[in-house]
Amino acid sequence: MTEAYIYDAVRTPRGKGRADGSLHEITPIQLATQTLEALRHRNDLDTSYVDDVILGCVTPVGEQGADIARVAAINANYAETTAGFQINRFCASGLEATNIAAAKVMSGEADMAIGGGVEGMSRIPMGSDGGAWPTDPSVAFHSYFVPQGISADLIATKYGISRDDADAYAVESHRRAKASWDAHHFDNSVIPIKDVVGMTALAHDETIRPETSMQTLGALKPSFLDMGAFGFDNVATQRYPEIEKINHIHHAGNSSGIVDGAAGILIGSKEMGEKLGLKPRAKFRSMASIGSEPTIMLTGPSFAAEKALKKAGMSKKDIDVWELNEAFASVVLRFMQVLDIDHSDINVNGGAIAMGHPLGATGAMILGIALDELERSGKETALATLCIGAGMGTATIIERV
Amino acid sequence: MTETINFEVDGDGVALLTIDLKDQSMNVVNEQFTNDLSECIDRVLSDDAIKGAVITSGKSAFMAGADLNMLGSMAGAGAEMSLEDKYEAVSGFSRLLRKMETGGKPAKVLMKEGTKPFAAAINGLALGGGLEVCLACHYRVAADNPKLQLGLPESQVGLLPGAGGTQRFPRLTGLQMAAQSITSGKPLNPQTAMGLGLINMVKAADDVVADATAWVKANSSALQPWDKKGFKYPGGAGAMNPKAVQLFIGANAMAQKQTQHNYPAIEAILSCMYEGGIVNMDTALKIESKYFLKLLLDPTAGNMIRTLFINKQAAEKGALRPKGPEKKKVKRLGMAGAGLMGAGITYVSALAGMDVVLFDISKDNAEKGKDYSRGLVKKGISRGKVTQEKGDALLDRITTTDDYADFADCDLIIEAVFEDAAIKKSVTEKIEAAIGKDVVFASNTSTMPITELARNFTRPEQFIGIHFFSPVDKMPLVEIILGEKTDEATQAVALDYVSQIRKCPIVVNDSRGFYTSRCFGTYVSEGYAMVQEGVKPALIDNVGKMSGMPVGPLAVGDEVAIDLGYKIGMATQKALGDKYIASPADAFVKTMVVDLERFGRKNGKGCYVYPEDGSKKYLWPELSEHFPEAAEQPSADEIKSRLLVRQAIEAARCFEEGVLIDASSGDVGSILGWGFAPWSGGPFSFIDTMGVEAFVVEADRLTQAYGVRFTPPQLLRDMAKNGETFYVAGNTRGKVAA
Repeated sequence: MTEAYIYDAVRTPRGKGRADGSLHEITPIQLATQTLEALRHRNDLDTSYVDDVILGCVTPVGEQGADIARVAAINANYAETTAGFQINRFCASGLEATNIAAAKVMSGEADMAIGGGVEGMSRIPMGSDGGAWPTDPSVAFHSYFVPQGISADLIATKYGISRDDADAYAVESHRRAKASWDAHHFDNSVIPIKDVVGMTALAHDETIRPETSMQTLGALKPSFLDMGAFGFDNVATQRYPEIEKINHIHHAGNSSGIVDGAAGILIGSKEMGEKLGLKPRAKFRSMASIGSEPTIMLTGPSFAAEKALKKAGMSKKDIDVWELNEAFASVVLRFMQVLDIDHSDINVNGGAIAMGHPLGATGAMILGIALDELERSGKETALATLCIGAGMGTATIIERV
Repeated sequence: MTETINFEVDGDGVALLTIDLKDQSMNVVNEQFTNDLSECIDRVLSDDAIKGAVITSGKSAFMAGADLNMLGSMAGAGAEMSLEDKYEAVSGFSRLLRKMETGGKPAKVLMKEGTKPFAAAINGLALGGGLEVCLACHYRVAADNPKLQLGLPESQVGLLPGAGGTQRFPRLTGLQMAAQSITSGKPLNPQTAMGLGLINMVKAADDVVADATAWVKANSSALQPWDKKGFKYPGGAGAMNPKAVQLFIGANAMAQKQTQHNYPAIEAILSCMYEGGIVNMDTALKIESKYFLKLLLDPTAGNMIRTLFINKQAAEKGALRPKGPEKKKVKRLGMAGAGLMGAGITYVSALAGMDVVLFDISKDNAEKGKDYSRGLVKKGISRGKVTQEKGDALLDRITTTDDYADFADCDLIIEAVFEDAAIKKSVTEKIEAAIGKDVVFASNTSTMPITELARNFTRPEQFIGIHFFSPVDKMPLVEIILGEKTDEATQAVALDYVSQIRKCPIVVNDSRGFYTSRCFGTYVSEGYAMVQEGVKPALIDNVGKMSGMPVGPLAVGDEVAIDLGYKIGMATQKALGDKYIASPADAFVKTMVVDLERFGRKNGKGCYVYPEDGSKKYLWPELSEHFPEAAEQPSADEIKSRLLVRQAIEAARCFEEGVLIDASSGDVGSILGWGFAPWSGGPFSFIDTMGVEAFVVEADRLTQAYGVRFTPPQLLRDMAKNGETFYVAGNTRGKVAA
């Protein structure tokens, strides 16, 4: 089978996903367009050799609807022959899009492809696309649907993760993100986003709060307490009846931030890279997706990681850099429990608690950050994974070349 | 003129359809009515001289819902019918109402031309199918009577309103109000209903027909809002409407919390409203009919209807009363003991119009007992439920005393003194000396055999148990216990009294714990046995609720007091000797009571901790130190089976031993008495639904795994062998056929 190589990885800065966020004036199609433009520009890319653009987008309605990937390729003046399609694997969409691009290269269907994602969360609110799972009574009853926040609190309760554990984790995420920016770890990969006249709208991740402390977080009210009391706690304990009472530990400060952003990863075969004069940075070792119990929902990453390790013929000791999306603090803390990973080995540059989680794009962003970290630290292997709505996990292992 | 509907046409061509079912106090939707309505609708639609129609009732109520006997038999019968034929049968009435509102015209024609107007003149209560008839009319006017009930109570019997109720109601009021109203089954009064848009007008009762007639005359053609072009669902509906989406996300969670996945009707109602809100009315009605059929095919509805309506009502109407003795009314009740139970019995009796002599060892104590009634009356007045005069009159009927002589004129005595043999004996003897020679004496004991207590009375044939449940004013059941010598006349007196206080009776023979306490005790002790075995306490109590019980066994055990359970257990062991069936619960109770002094809520510490500041109770964290949790925990299904099967086994034993005289009393008493999973219809319905043979197999498996307390009685083995069930087809009051 053909090997798939990463030639480049870029991401936009993440703008606060509200009306006062710096990217609120920028359309999602622009975020995607400028990402594709950056990949072309940085690599002096003849886009007629790019077979496909695959973008994750979790709320593909309105201005994000109707195959935003193909429209972004057109808008970025890619060659007419570059196809494009949008996928949705909820929070792992960006990584899944990357995996699909790699798989296309591996299978020989494509020689060069782009995987990535985009989400303008300030403009298209989460959930705008509806969906049967929470809404259709026959489905919600059948599957014991609870919102993700309840699932995150359920994980904390079931596995003995306290509010202090989660808050301490969040404080460290902000500290690491700030330190990484200060040390220029992200400079090579973050592309400033321009407005219509070409002024920079945003060049840095916008939601990092280095002043975050146990005291500032301690003042925040649990986000999912009322929702739980309304009925969802009971739905969760019907599925997990060994639990007396859900401990609501998550709040706005130890959960991922709502932001706008996009990311793209250029993937191709060795031959095509050589033909275009590109230098490979890493190769794909393995990729995996799994389904897990949907009510607790967010325990998928460990299963996905184990599956990817097995496929690669590796053990967890073979992984140098771990990236797990910080959807909620408990998700990462539980993952660290299961795989016995020290905090110093995971999310070393901070994560979505500090910098935000643009749903469709995050997967590609954390893979790019892992790649930068490998190069910076001179290490070899990285595993990136994300928890996913409806109980799934996706993981990718890359190796520097 | 048909059998159930009087058909007249006035000089202006307005037909008046007066629903009046012969020989029935209440109009109900049955087969005859459906046929007659069909005939009337066809006549209105086909006769050019008829301009439109008004539907009203010839009785004080407009119409109650469907005939529950008919629904019950629909639920159980027709196993040989194809699904398609069943669908035809259950959707017939819905299709008829649709024909009434559309004139049978195709959508496009209807939209253009409209159809002949139908108006409902709602002169009295309209529930279920009755209200659905009204909703399918183009105009609805109701009598201005705040007590007039308009509602769709089908969910209370495990069904949904299957003749358009789940579609027309929300299309008039919006989803939120409809979801609340239909899932709760609670009725609305006319003013509220008009405010919500469910009806168009409220008029004086005498004017509703005239108003409806005038509306028909003024509207030569009519069209329902949902059949008009550009109809907008009020408040929005469908999978893409943000408000509707939020509503369903919330309602789905709340409904799962309330039903614990045991009542398919609630889910089906929400599904009808969700799915029906996305499509046009004709498709929506099909969807509703299919969910209706789905519920009829599920045993839950049939079981609930049989136990909670048909058999409960039969018991309330005197099915258990011996026919011979003349009906008697209690005028003056002698109530011995003014504790919690005595005070409650006093209140419900005075409320029913009886004079009550409330006795205790001191006048002070008796007054304290009367305070309970004073409190309830005060609350009633403050809430506008009782007038000052009526409340005062109620309290005036209660005389407090510490003098046995005051029992002299009483025509029934109920004793609810301390559960102590010596005290009971002394009180009984002193009362007997004071009362007439034919006055019935009843004991409210919950633990002491009636036959033994009857020995304190020189006329044991006139001694009986009348066992109330706490709180007396809220709990609907009374368990009548016959002692060995209790005669029929005495049984009749007790049942007449229960009828006077409007409670539901069951009649059982004497046994330790009678029927209800004995079976209820097995629920609690099976919970205790599991703790002793190392099952996580939270798992036990959560699954208790998931099985359909109102509270978990550990929580309810704390309420009734663990030390009481210990005392009863010790007494039972002593009395039964070798026949006593040991359980791991014995060791648990002993540890809790003797070693740890955890008695339950009453001393603030049981399986739960009851914080002094009144904050929410929580499981005592140290339980796991005294009862170490097993590494491997059982599944929820396993626990559910243990909890329900254990109770059902005890109920079946009561039946075999003759403690229970009929299975239907066992079912009614279980749900009303100790809250046995209502979805099941009671332990006997539970066994029937599972299949007696399958139940025996499961009980044998549980016996192997957990002990002989699960061993099924021979009766069940024989029934399994002979293919018998507790209930025979349809709704016959159950007795084992033998």
